[in-house]
Amino acid sequence: MKVKREFYRSFKDLPSEEYLSPGSPLCAGCGGLTTLRQMHKVLGDNVVIVDAAGCMTLLAIYPFTPLRSSWLYTTMGSPSAGAQGLRDALDVLLAKHRMSADDNLQVLVLAGDGSTYGMGLSATSAAIHRGLDFWYLCYDNEAYGNTGFQLSEASPFGSATATSPQGTQQTKKNIFEIWRAHQPPYVATVSAHEPIDLAEKVRRAMTMTGPKLFLALAVCPTGWGFDPALSDEIARLAIETGVWPLKEAIAGQVRHTYIPRRLRPVREYLKLQRRFRHLFQPTLWGETLTYIQEQVNIYWQSVAKAEGAKQPTLA
Amino acid sequence: MVRMLLTGNAAAAWGARLADIDYVPAFPITPQTEIIESLAAWFADGTLQGKFVTLDSEHAMMTAAGAAAATGVRTFTATSSQGLLYAMEALYTIAGWRAPLVLVNVSRGLSAPITLGPDHNDVLAARDTGFVQIHAETCQEVLDSILMAFHIAEDSRVWAPVLVNLDGFYLSFTRESVDIPDEAAVRSFLPAYQPKHPVFRASQPMAQGVAVLDSSIYSYFRYQLHRAVENAGPVHAEVSARFQAQFGRPYGAIETYDTDDAETLLVMAGSFATKGKAAVRHWRRQGKRVGLVRLRLIRPLPVRELTEVLSGRRAVAVLDQSLSPGLGGILYHEIAAALAASPQRPQVLRSFIGGLGGKDISQAEFDYLLEELETVKATPYFGQPELLFTERDRARVRQQLALAGKSPEGG
Repeated sequence: MKVKREFYRSFKDLPSEEYLSPGSPLCAGCGGLTTLRQMHKVLGDNVVIVDAAGCMTLLAIYPFTPLRSSWLYTTMGSPSAGAQGLRDALDVLLAKHRMSADDNLQVLVLAGDGSTYGMGLSATSAAIHRGLDFWYLCYDNEAYGNTGFQLSEASPFGSATATSPQGTQQTKKNIFEIWRAHQPPYVATVSAHEPIDLAEKVRRAMTMTGPKLFLALAVCPTGWGFDPALSDEIARLAIETGVWPLKEAIAGQVRHTYIPRRLRPVREYLKLQRRFRHLFQPTLWGETLTYIQEQVNIYWQSVAKAEGAKQPTLA
Repeated sequence: MVRMLLTGNAAAAWGARLADIDYVPAFPITPQTEIIESLAAWFADGTLQGKFVTLDSEHAMMTAAGAAAATGVRTFTATSSQGLLYAMEALYTIAGWRAPLVLVNVSRGLSAPITLGPDHNDVLAARDTGFVQIHAETCQEVLDSILMAFHIAEDSRVWAPVLVNLDGFYLSFTRESVDIPDEAAVRSFLPAYQPKHPVFRASQPMAQGVAVLDSSIYSYFRYQLHRAVENAGPVHAEVSARFQAQFGRPYGAIETYDTDDAETLLVMAGSFATKGKAAVRHWRRQGKRVGLVRLRLIRPLPVRELTEVLSGRRAVAVLDQSLSPGLGGILYHEIAAALAASPQRPQVLRSFIGGLGGKDISQAEFDYLLEELETVKATPYFGQPELLFTERDRARVRQQLALAGKSPEGG
């Protein structure tokens, strides 16, 4: 089940403008980069990106930037505070007629899961609490990717990282619900595999004033351990296995923008990635895999119940 | 001009108000809070136009302040102690952005143990950040320095943030008579802010704070910041001359007090210099040729002025309200380095530590210090610090250790 499209029916309807030129030093197959490109197409002109320490910091390396928009690198812990200062300054200048309305900017925070789920959360929580009018894109690759893939608060149960070599027993922090508990006008999950769903969400949020928060599964060939050619396939499997639900919350009301008819077994997603290889070889961790599958099933049972939708056939 | 009894904090708030600031990102911390409370009230009642916003931490506050200054609004903020250290990463960051804003620090000793009284370990921890640093002695100087600080920060030869320091409690909560200049006079001294540095605008996209992976370019940018802060020396002198012409109050990079014929000089910074001046008056009445040098500008360090005034004296004591464990007084080492190249450097240059956590420095301690300078004939030029501690301090420590069931270390 997909929700009815409001703005973009097919790929052909998506904006053709590019704000991110090719030739960045990011890894081949980076899901975060594709997400930023897709999101920026809908945001259009006049954007200032406030960046946190993370993979995307490498987008702008002096004297180059692949972006047509403006850029401010801040720190790992305070991009949302940088957004506050920028937004406030622009608003003050507009109110005092010291800047023309044509010079106004949309402020977009760009942060990975390391910043978003951890160090940056205090500043973001406070910015949401204040109702700051800004966009937030978290490219969630489920670990500290830029430093070589160490355990973060976004790492999913079972994932091996450089600092959890045998697979973590912690579960992924639910940042979507943490954000939603702050009652911002808009929160969504997105995936680069579903550019129309993503574009629809950005466009829907565009009329809203306040925090507009996007959580993107950023498939990560380097950290997750798969061929970059498989990036889109992995992103697709994350959705079809139900591991990465596509949803939004408008004024706190959650709805899923895609509910699979039938969930593919979560193993199909896991087995393609080096970070989960220890669950399959040398011995098969059957109970662990069953547990992971159960968690996914429980999630979708609750979705069907809450939204009165048809429950997917469980794997 | 009106004259009012103002605390150091109120004088700081008045300085910001007269500078016609646009933006204050804030976070409360003792003993600074009165500053942001005053500003919040003035934004609320329309005295100030723009925005006041409370952030979730000093780290966030300084990031917001830097981002706003980089967008072209006149930005002011204030913190103290733990807050300044919590913001440390952002201090370096926004200095690197060359964000021309003014930060007031109200000095307070650092944890642990957590305390409230002032010393200079907090503000001197920020000495290497790329902020220009001015230390005020009086409430009037706090107000005046903030007006001058915006001038310096916004000068195209500098384009760097400026920190104005005042000591907690001794200045922050002490009322002194303060001249509040007319708004019109202030506007002629410090015109409305029109940024000449690049700012964030839709019509002129720019990338700010970008990564630099080439060490030559990295060094280039760091050297540029060094030059900028160095430039703040001559710019401070120009701004000070203009300030004196307009308002009649002179401010040098250093202040000299009874130094002309002095054989012995005491070097201090901040509000405790007032105690040092009282000691000098006391000694002068006894016919002793002693004077005092107060460091007002600490970044850039006024090496030339210090060398000129300290060279040729018999003895100099630097009284630090800071302690770098394993080294000693922070300013002492900076001043010793500044004097090293002077052929007429003083024969005796001694380091004393006092006033930590706001501990008083009594006349008896000043007397002891002078006696040390006068009696020790063959003191090496460069010596170990002396930690000032009186019999009264010792008694207090013994009493409290006894209550805690401990005996003093070393009996």
